[in-house]
Amino acid sequence: MTDLQTFREETRDWLEANCPQEMRKPGDVAWGGRNAQFSHPDQKIWLEKMGEKGWTCPTWPSEYGGGGLSKEENKILQEEMGAIGARSPLGSFGIWMLGPALLEFANEEQKKEHLPPIVRGEVWWCQGYSEPGSGSDLASLSTKAVKDGDNYVVNGQKIWTSYADKADKIFCLVRTGPQEPKHDGISFLLIDMDQPGVTTRPITLISGKSPFCETFFDDAKAPTKDLVGGLNKGWTVAKRLLEHERTMISAMGLSGGGDGSKKTKSGLAEIGKKYVGIDADQKISDKALRRKVAMHDLNSRAFGLTMQRVGEETKVGAPSPAAAMAKYYGTEHNKLRYELMLEAMGTRGVGWDGEGFSMEELAITRDWLRTKANSIEGGTSEVQLNVISKRVLGLPDK
Amino acid sequence: MALILNEEQQSLKDIAKEFLQKNAPVTHFREIRDTQNELGYDQSLWSEMVNLGWSGILVPEEYGGFDFGMVGMGSIFEEMGRTLTPSPLFSTGVLGATLITLGGDEKQKQNYLPRIVDGSLTTALALEEGNRHSPFSISTKATKAGNEYKISGEKTFVIDGHCSNLIVVAARTEGSDDDASGITLFLVEANTDGIEITKTSMVDSRNSANIKFDNVTVSSSNLLGEENNGAAILEEVLDRAQIAISAEMLGNASQAFDMTLDYLKERKQFGSVIGTFQALQHRAAEMYSELELTKSSVMAACNAVDENSNDLKRMASLAKYKAGETNYLVTNEAVQMHGGVGVTDEYDVGLYLKRARVTEQIFGNSEYHLDRYATLSEY
Ligand SMILES: Cc1cc2nc3c(=O)[nH]c(=O)nc-3n(C[C@H](O)[C@H](O)[C@H](O)COP(=O)(O)OP(=O)(O)OC[C@H]3O[C@@H](n4cnc5c(N)ncnc54)[C@H](O)[C@@H]3O)c2cc1C
Ligand SMILES: Cc1cc2nc3c(=O)[nH]c(=O)nc-3n(C[C@H](O)[C@H](O)[C@H](O)COP(=O)(O)OP(=O)(O)OC[C@H]3O[C@@H](n4cnc5c(N)ncnc54)[C@H](O)[C@@H]3O)c2cc1C
Repeated sequence: MTDLQTFREETRDWLEANCPQEMRKPGDVAWGGRNAQFSHPDQKIWLEKMGEKGWTCPTWPSEYGGGGLSKEENKILQEEMGAIGARSPLGSFGIWMLGPALLEFANEEQKKEHLPPIVRGEVWWCQGYSEPGSGSDLASLSTKAVKDGDNYVVNGQKIWTSYADKADKIFCLVRTGPQEPKHDGISFLLIDMDQPGVTTRPITLISGKSPFCETFFDDAKAPTKDLVGGLNKGWTVAKRLLEHERTMISAMGLSGGGDGSKKTKSGLAEIGKKYVGIDADQKISDKALRRKVAMHDLNSRAFGLTMQRVGEETKVGAPSPAAAMAKYYGTEHNKLRYELMLEAMGTRGVGWDGEGFSMEELAITRDWLRTKANSIEGGTSEVQLNVISKRVLGLPDK
Repeated sequence: MALILNEEQQSLKDIAKEFLQKNAPVTHFREIRDTQNELGYDQSLWSEMVNLGWSGILVPEEYGGFDFGMVGMGSIFEEMGRTLTPSPLFSTGVLGATLITLGGDEKQKQNYLPRIVDGSLTTALALEEGNRHSPFSISTKATKAGNEYKISGEKTFVIDGHCSNLIVVAARTEGSDDDASGITLFLVEANTDGIEITKTSMVDSRNSANIKFDNVTVSSSNLLGEENNGAAILEEVLDRAQIAISAEMLGNASQAFDMTLDYLKERKQFGSVIGTFQALQHRAAEMYSELELTKSSVMAACNAVDENSNDLKRMASLAKYKAGETNYLVTNEAVQMHGGVGVTDEYDVGLYLKRARVTEQIFGNSEYHLDRYATLSEY
């Protein structure tokens, strides 16, 4: 038996013994943190078991609490988890964004301090990039950090900070070099949210939900040792982290049959049949809708296969050169998917709440509204197209 | 399933690229076109391709072939799409080779396959009868008389139909015009009495012909597969042919895109190279995205052939759909972004536009495959 086969068997046995039955059903994913909330006691057990093994972050080095798995081993782990329907044990910006950036840019002390709590789900991180005056033009940001002894004193405002009201800490872009050219005066700073100098105010989205906030810094403090990647060198860290963020968001394009090799049904056809009916040949009776669904399914597969191919082409942990393309295409595709659901559902797709609509219908409507942010968060579609044309295609600026 | 080439496949692709760019660049295509070459390709170039083993890539080893698989063949087609190389590789190395491998009896395989591999036999598939791909809409009749069949009818858009020694004809032996059952395939020597071949001049100069069959007599030993069961073989062959042509279309689109990108970086207007204008940048970035998706689809479809996937039909439609849509987008944009020179015969970019529209017609356009995909997915 090869090492990988042995690994597969051991993994299967371990999952069988340790994954609680309740966690083999679909449901919400835990986000951990200091004041962690669990929707079921088994969620906590599952997180602890996986955290201990480092399998919340399977490919991170074991010296920082990660699983230390190779790309191939991780693939097996994901397949085995998929086979029993195991839920992801932990979701977090720490795993998807901050961790990979720390692994690349942080010093040894910082890695030792910050990575293991991410693996175990003990710290909930949020992202402090955008400001009221700095969205796409992120590098124009103006939140200031001034050194004062062993601390930086931070003043300014962030906006669209997802989960700022729930998070323990924030990874933040701050201006430390006001005289330097805009890209060369930015630092990457880790700040504790639990202090008098930090306040948050929730913002309500068109979907009715309120997952993000305005974040205000009034003489907030952060230890100088928590500046990552060097003074005024934060833009390099920031850009790399954005690539990881884009890869994370682009995975949305995979929902609904995007995984070209396995799932090949998006659910769109079922929704179409259910709401508009079928003809004598069992085909969706609205021909125009049927055509759009097929187009969407074909593009889902093509996109899923592309993500797979790009994955094969890139090393573990390295951002792929195709990240901007994936973010652009994946999010636009996901938006279209919801538009098609609404189109199929007719008036049942445009209810807000209360009687007359099923829970599922109302959820789709709210999710449709949420998808509108997909092509904005993490860098807008237009910004991704700029990145592709400049960095991938080498088209000149001036 | 791996979506990247292994070492052997990569080396085949590299060799194909080098060979084609050196021996058959677009100037070679122009020469064939402008001299109105009767054969429509260069015999000595074809011999060299045969020497490289390309005609035998899809032929099993026991019949002298190399059994190298569709991933390998796809790579060659992609490179030929880039250089617009005229050759009978599609009609012979893909259509002929798979028709006989999948449908032939032992004797037919022994007889024909080694000759496909060594280049002494070229083949064509006489299938279409209408203006659009509709594989089972066949009214060409074959009537049995003793130990013989008499074939009568008209075929159109027969790729390499005027320059093949052997023609595989799909004819109706039973049923009505649109039935899948009742179709029978026949192997007919091109010089048989009653066959009238007219070379058609296509917009892209690709070899194609209309063929009339007037009481053409063939022996029942020339049946390919069983009587009335031709559709099953045809379907399998068409899947493979659609995938090979998709690979060519990917190469066609990729080359048109690369040429356009170069042009965007060199042409100056308003004091800057036009590639600095965001109106063009974003369109270029969208084309890049579509090309990436197309590349993955074609690669996966080639793999599906080699791995005998039970989802092959849908993968073939995926490849042809994406290749068609992307080639349409990219060739139109390529011409537009070249401005006035884009609509000149002197610039190559127009050649890719013309080729795109003809390959789109081969064995089903994007709409055909969209519909087929939905039907196969049971909606
Ligand atoms: C749901 C959601 C969650 C978010 N979470 C976070 C978070 O946790 N942390 C955080 O820091 N930020 C977060 N953001 C903020 C997000 O990163 C910004 O909204 C985004 O970068 C766009 O900035 P903006 O909203 O200021 O739009 P603007 O930059 O003002 O853009 C307005 C329009 O102009 C276009 N545009 C701008 N510049 C160009 C250009 N050069 N070329 C062409 N078009 C251009 C844009 O594409 C857009 O269509 C979140 C946003 C959303 C919607
Ligand atoms: C059939 C034909 C007949 C013609 N007849 C005549 C005639 O009789 N007399 C005459 O004087 N001229 C004639 N022309 C020339 C015609 O006016 C030019 O071809 C046209 O103005 C475009 O210029 P160009 O070809 O140099 O393209 P370019 O200007 O080089 O454009 C190349 C590409 O860049 C794009 N582009 C350029 N600038 C920008 C920008 N700022 N923002 C975004 N995109 C940009 C263009 O849209 C195009 O896609 C003719 C052209 C054709 C094709």
